[in-house]
Amino acid sequence: MEKLLALAKKVAGAAEVFEVAAEETSAQFETNRLKHIQSKQSTHLALRIIKEGRLGYATTTDPDDIKNLIDNAVETARFGMPAKFRLPAPSAYPQIDILDPAVEATPLEDMDKLGQELIELIIAHTPEILCEAMVNKETESVKLLNSSGGQAEYKKSIFSVGIYGSLIRGTDMLFVGESQSSCNPITQPKDIAEVVIQQLELAKNPASVSTGQLPVIFTPRGAASALIPSLVMAFNGKMVLQGASPVGNKLGKKVFDEKLSLWDDPTIAFRPHSRPCDDEGVASRRTPLIEQGVVANFLYDLQTAALANTESTGSGSRGGGLPTPAPSALIIAPGKTSMDDMVKDIKEGLVIEQLMGAEQGNILGGDFSGNVLLGYKVESGKIVGRVKNTMVSGNVYQVLKEITAVGSQAEWVGGFLHTPPLYCPRLSVASKG
Amino acid sequence: MPDIETAAARLAETLKKYKADYIEARLERSQRSHITYRGKELESAGQSTAVGGNIRALVRGGWGFVSFNDFNDLPQRIELAVKQATLVGKEESRLAPVEPVVDTVDNKQDRPLTIPLAEKKQLLDEYNEIIWRTPHLQTSVIGYADSHQETIFLSSPGSYIRQPRTDITIRLSAVAAEDGDVQQANLSLGSRGDFSPMRHLHKEVEEMAKHAVAMLSAPRVKGGEYTVVLDPVLAGVFVHEAFGHLSESDFVYEDDRLRQVMVLGKQFGSKELNIVDSAAVPGLRGSYKYDDEGVPATKTYLIKEGKLVGRLHSRETAAKMNEKPTGNARAINYRYPPIVRMTNTYIEPGKSSFDNIIADIKEGVYAKNWFGGTTSMEMFTFSAGEAYMIRNGKIAEALRPVVLTGNVFTTLNNIDAIGDDLDMNQGGGCGKGGQYPLPVSNGSPHIRISRCLVGGS
Repeated sequence: MEKLLALAKKVAGAAEVFEVAAEETSAQFETNRLKHIQSKQSTHLALRIIKEGRLGYATTTDPDDIKNLIDNAVETARFGMPAKFRLPAPSAYPQIDILDPAVEATPLEDMDKLGQELIELIIAHTPEILCEAMVNKETESVKLLNSSGGQAEYKKSIFSVGIYGSLIRGTDMLFVGESQSSCNPITQPKDIAEVVIQQLELAKNPASVSTGQLPVIFTPRGAASALIPSLVMAFNGKMVLQGASPVGNKLGKKVFDEKLSLWDDPTIAFRPHSRPCDDEGVASRRTPLIEQGVVANFLYDLQTAALANTESTGSGSRGGGLPTPAPSALIIAPGKTSMDDMVKDIKEGLVIEQLMGAEQGNILGGDFSGNVLLGYKVESGKIVGRVKNTMVSGNVYQVLKEITAVGSQAEWVGGFLHTPPLYCPRLSVASKG
Repeated sequence: MPDIETAAARLAETLKKYKADYIEARLERSQRSHITYRGKELESAGQSTAVGGNIRALVRGGWGFVSFNDFNDLPQRIELAVKQATLVGKEESRLAPVEPVVDTVDNKQDRPLTIPLAEKKQLLDEYNEIIWRTPHLQTSVIGYADSHQETIFLSSPGSYIRQPRTDITIRLSAVAAEDGDVQQANLSLGSRGDFSPMRHLHKEVEEMAKHAVAMLSAPRVKGGEYTVVLDPVLAGVFVHEAFGHLSESDFVYEDDRLRQVMVLGKQFGSKELNIVDSAAVPGLRGSYKYDDEGVPATKTYLIKEGKLVGRLHSRETAAKMNEKPTGNARAINYRYPPIVRMTNTYIEPGKSSFDNIIADIKEGVYAKNWFGGTTSMEMFTFSAGEAYMIRNGKIAEALRPVVLTGNVFTTLNNIDAIGDDLDMNQGGGCGKGGQYPLPVSNGSPHIRISRCLVGGS
């Protein structure tokens, strides 16, 4: 990497080298038994240069392919975006625990056993269910060097477990599932199994709801599928800069219900999305986005921050491409109301656990519309059964402007979001009895 | 750069020597370039190269899979794949028989990568200028990407297939805004390597930008059941989402209950309904000569005259269902094992003209253009990029984008008119099992669906 940086500096004013090396092993279960074991070794080397004020970018999987990598970066720099930022000088990073050697040391036999035990717990509840499951361990090493002397290096371990069950009776199909991840090994199947078993319990009886405006409780998983995609876009500094974010000109203004607080936090110990610095070498920090309903901040990488005359929030993130602003882990503050009390409050309404297709609408504008893949009807304060052939539609900004209650119990969803249930007074529901 | 030809030649001699029922290797070298615009400015341009490979081993019905970028010590990687498969395998290995193939497939398409980046950028500049000429426009996003990959597939029974693949995609979107209201319109296109379709989009781009602005003043549809007419693009998404995924045998082969639902001979739609998946049609984004298990591509009827007559297979699913392999095992790249996927999926044309299809609709929805789609086998949802009310047999006012949803089985039965104007959409990418986006195409003539649920206010 040092050699590459030195050579790149000869052809460009500034240069940065970013490398990720990863080893991943997963045990995959199909039809209730182990079916595949997969190992993946990967190397990814990215070169970003600033030449005559413009950005050039190239990547390769081969660390020896230096000449080609530099040539490719130089060709793109001919018309690359003008670079408005400076690569960061050396700085101190917070100490965040994200590596547990026990992950890498977990034997395949233990991963197999965990998957089997998880499936057995679910089958013990519903014998005719067919489960797919995945137990995965991964270790990644990240290194960054730039021509301003900045450097970062860290190692992270990730262990994740997921299960998806399908229950088919005629053409009636029920899908349940849960996944969890951590930087420590997951050793017990019980927590994950409990989520799935509760889904199976609540979905036992069929129920139908009226078409019209109904109160809706989004479970943490439901909130993730319906509400979060719009917020992720709206708080992206790039969307704000383009004038495309509906909250872009609302900084310091109250746009959401005062019960709602949201922040981005890459500093929580042993969470898979935590890291000491972002993918540009800017130190990680917690960034409030909504404070009691008021728009508090947006997320920035170096370039977007420079264009917007502000500072990077340490949110530069690469999905194999150039850095772009993205949240690490979104946290919604828990409220005071228990799930039971929310359900008790509803005469007729819905609990939404999974909305399918919600992300297909005009997410930017906050519109969501989806089929209730997994959801339950509430009748006179009780969950009475599963609804099907039901579609809900709404707008995130209208929904979150007035929340009836925020749940007291928050949960991680997909390692990326920590949220309690959210209870909304009314949402448009279309049902085909 | 590791040389995949040399590595393949070495592997060809050794794959037979391991204690496994079957071993295959796939080695790949690829080059990609991309240009994106956000707003008036170019946001990112980049080029990448990758060389990687994988080994897949089958032992007593269990699979081991190892992927890598580092070509040192390949024998150790084969051993690991065999060891993993051995740990998994407790049954009997079954693969549908296929003759080993030795072949080198030509790539006659012009190579987009030989066109200089500057020329591609010039074209995108033209499109962006057209978008920005439209009043009330807030921002635009343009993404262009092309890739060329060379693959060598080898198997322990002796297959050795060299096959190139080229793919081009362009996606444009225009975002209009007014008083805190934001609307967007999209256009996407792809090709199997021919760059020329990318060159002549000026008129479509202009219409797209105007449509984004027009939607600001368009009403939302009232949620409920409507007679819905789908244009070829959206009907193609519908056939892919609503039926295509159900035809993928890996969902079905070990699930007795689903096998009963998907029993061959069952009536799924009217006599006029024919659904096909075919990688053997040349020149489309889902086209190829061999799949990623070395099985020759076929044309497969999924539905003929309304009856279920076929499904898509890998070698394993075909063997376990006692059916013929169809050559539908595909992987997006060397980091993934092949799984059962669609290729070019379409509804065959019927007899009705578009005017006839809408003539007797009193109040309905005409949904056009693709925005997205997903399925859970039984239920599907897909969203239209454009929508209009149909009133008294005529296309009426424009609507905000609509999301359509329904039960696959009842909806297929509710297709009551099929147009004569088949058109293939090359702009999509399919996701399954973490493998996204896989180049596919889908298509259809205009179709009419009675009683379709539309989400709205």
